[in-house]
Amino acid sequence: MAATRNPARGLRVGIDVGGTNTDAVLMCGREVLHGCKTGTTSDVTSGVLTALRQVMKGAGVSPADIGAVMIGTTQFTNAIIERRRLAPVGLLRLALPATRGVAPTAGWPRDMCAAFDLHSCLLAGGHEFDGREIAALDADGVARAATLFAASGVQDVAIAGVFSFLDDSHERAAQAIVQRCMPEARITLASRIGRVGLLERENAAILNASLGPLGLQVVSAFEQALADSGIQAPFYLTQNDGTLLSAADAARLPILTVASGPTNSMRGAAFLSGLRDAIVVDIGGTTTDVGMLQAGFPRQAGVAVEVGGVRTNFRMPDVLSIGLGGGSLVSADGEYVGPQSVGWRIASEALVFGGGTLTASDVAVAAGHARMGDVSRVAGLEVAMVQRGRDRIRAMVAAAVERVRTTPEPLPVLVVGGGSILLGGRLDGVDLRIPPHHDVANAVGAAMAQVSGESDRVVQLAGTTREAAMAAVRADAEHAAVSAGADPDTLEMIDSEDVPLSYLPGQATRIRVRVVGNLAAHGETA
Amino acid sequence: MRRVEASDLEAIAIGSAVYGTGGGGDPYVGKLLAQQAMRAHGGVNLIDTSEVGDDDLVVPVAMAGAPTVLLEKLGDVDTIVQALRALEHHLGRRATALMSAEVGGLNSTIPFSAAAALGLPLVDADTMGRAFPEIQMTLATLAGVPACPIAMTDEKGNAVVVSAVDNHWAERFVRSALTEMGGAAFLALMPMTGAQLRRAAVRGSISQAWRTGQAWLDARAQHHNPIVELRRVTGGFHLFSGKLSDVQRTMSGGFCRGHAQIDGLDGDSGRSVRLHFQNEFLLAESQGEVLASTPDLIVTVDLETGEPITAEQARFGLRVAVLGIPCVADWRTPAALALVGPGRFGYAVDYRPIEQLALDR
Repeated sequence: MAATRNPARGLRVGIDVGGTNTDAVLMCGREVLHGCKTGTTSDVTSGVLTALRQVMKGAGVSPADIGAVMIGTTQFTNAIIERRRLAPVGLLRLALPATRGVAPTAGWPRDMCAAFDLHSCLLAGGHEFDGREIAALDADGVARAATLFAASGVQDVAIAGVFSFLDDSHERAAQAIVQRCMPEARITLASRIGRVGLLERENAAILNASLGPLGLQVVSAFEQALADSGIQAPFYLTQNDGTLLSAADAARLPILTVASGPTNSMRGAAFLSGLRDAIVVDIGGTTTDVGMLQAGFPRQAGVAVEVGGVRTNFRMPDVLSIGLGGGSLVSADGEYVGPQSVGWRIASEALVFGGGTLTASDVAVAAGHARMGDVSRVAGLEVAMVQRGRDRIRAMVAAAVERVRTTPEPLPVLVVGGGSILLGGRLDGVDLRIPPHHDVANAVGAAMAQVSGESDRVVQLAGTTREAAMAAVRADAEHAAVSAGADPDTLEMIDSEDVPLSYLPGQATRIRVRVVGNLAAHGETA
Repeated sequence: MRRVEASDLEAIAIGSAVYGTGGGGDPYVGKLLAQQAMRAHGGVNLIDTSEVGDDDLVVPVAMAGAPTVLLEKLGDVDTIVQALRALEHHLGRRATALMSAEVGGLNSTIPFSAAAALGLPLVDADTMGRAFPEIQMTLATLAGVPACPIAMTDEKGNAVVVSAVDNHWAERFVRSALTEMGGAAFLALMPMTGAQLRRAAVRGSISQAWRTGQAWLDARAQHHNPIVELRRVTGGFHLFSGKLSDVQRTMSGGFCRGHAQIDGLDGDSGRSVRLHFQNEFLLAESQGEVLASTPDLIVTVDLETGEPITAEQARFGLRVAVLGIPCVADWRTPAALALVGPGRFGYAVDYRPIEQLALDR
């Protein structure tokens, strides 16, 4: 079933912007036409532009042939994890007199609290579970807080109300007041990105707000790179669940992309190998991520998902990270590998690249697993040491695979990422597979990102059944996904939730259904 | 006596999530609430029941209501103290120690906040050895200690004192006041003397939750299987492993009722289990066969991490192990089963101890 090339709209570019490398692939339907790897640049734009030009040149296509560009980026995740480039935030919690016993940021790691200024303000407002107001919204308080935020130079505001996932009217009223007092403010409503659990919803809103300026900057950098490359197709960012987010939404809601890296690498590995159940090992420059594929989807983490140590209620792939990568430092006797790494400086610091640091990549070259740089520079390494180092690397990966495995029967292990050379294609007792284009699996995962459709309705269960009501809402969600460009034959339900609203008559229930499908090969993507 | 500091609440909260048997409210919020109070006021002395004088007054304090409400409204130590003060005013005497009404869930950590704020000792005991949804479902009821008088308060400053003729009436009045108070309130209830305490309480249950949580934390840190450790420290049984395929809930009268469907994985593939809950998991059945029922404890934990998962948090796609833990022996008398057995919750099955059910399989 070779995909037919349709120069009109069929070609997609997937890009993965990592801390070290920017990878790109050009795909036609399910066929990878070309893949390339370039260095991530400090301005991001020029690295993405280089990758776009290289991949189009390599595949022999012109900018006009490109129908869509999908970008996965770790910039937001890294900003949170490294506690860098986070903007000051003004938080309005609409809750008083409730919630006083647990302050905002309670339970945050100390270094996260220190990473940016948070001006918290608890105000009267919010709702009860049955729809009553806890208190009338303190509109004057909102205006006073906004004035204070503006005076402190805050531009990013998060608003979180009690039970706002059931009734967001206080959040929206507060938003209007803040907008009036601070016309330039970027405002995140917690009800837009979270579910039940005030703290988790508030945390997600605060993190999203603190990513405000970076969100705009990153999206405009991508816009610039696309414009410079001559591509006029729409572009998307990939979000946590492996589906697409429009550029405009991504600029406002960058928090929705923080887990897209592992999702893309696992979905890319699934696609490239054709396997639906496997363990995926993604070896990068500094870390190795190990996760599990079940029926083609990454296994989801349990209840509390922490982002940079902050508790949220996002759904994210359950990935185990260990400090092993191509740039990991190796002790002189080969006994110890990582977690320290030379990172992106590998190109100058590794022995094979003329540097003076023994890295995991040097061990791989000395062991004959890979050819790169100046092989003669590692020819003098003691054979026993090289073997110990290589065995240690294999043992680290084998232990991580063992921890992630949840079934007794052996699963194939897919190795992807630039650091996959470290294993030399072998792991004892494991069915190891290295799929084609494994080094750009993340970009492939981005290019294969799916389209989602969601429907969220309050229905009356009186006079119907829950099953019939769910089916109706699901049909709505499927319709939304197809209108957004999904192939109807590939739709799958990935999430469903019903929350009874006991205060309304007729067994009112709020039902939310989320479905995903592949982007139709020749569908409307604009 | 043991001194408990804010950092010890990590382990206590995890252990109490296990004993929460799917309900009891999210201990995470209770932990943060207690930690905020303990950082402001200092640690708490946890005392054995033998350290309480016969005439001392011990008062359990608790949060009551729907778990969802607690996740949203979070609570406040001042409101708890207000409930205690209202009860003391009604009784005309001051409490000498506080206690947890239920070791399962939020209510194991909540009393630490008030104990810290008031500088009172906390008794290492509770009245259930697990969590149950209604006020009269305690060993205190069986020991003849009434739940009333009960003082309940909300964050708005409302206080209601309930003096009912028996615990069943108390439950009814408290439930209706709870709805008015927004689905959750703080309670000071079941005042008892030291002599009554020794008949009505599960001795050492807070320490047991602490040990359970510590075993889980140690297993995670040392990369041991946390589920095996939980079974060891609780004397529990592995009932089933699978993936949550459907969760139905309704919220009525302050309860979260419904069931969760789990499709088997690994050794259990091809089978499915239905967990029935009314705040707590109360019945686990597989194709008509009872795997465990109240008053034994049914606990779901993440299949990988061993992290306890409440009925509230149960959602499509989660992979879980279902564990069963024997309840304290006092719950297995005919009188106790009439109070908290499966029939009491509307399930037409006879109670059989989990050890026997395990032997049959």
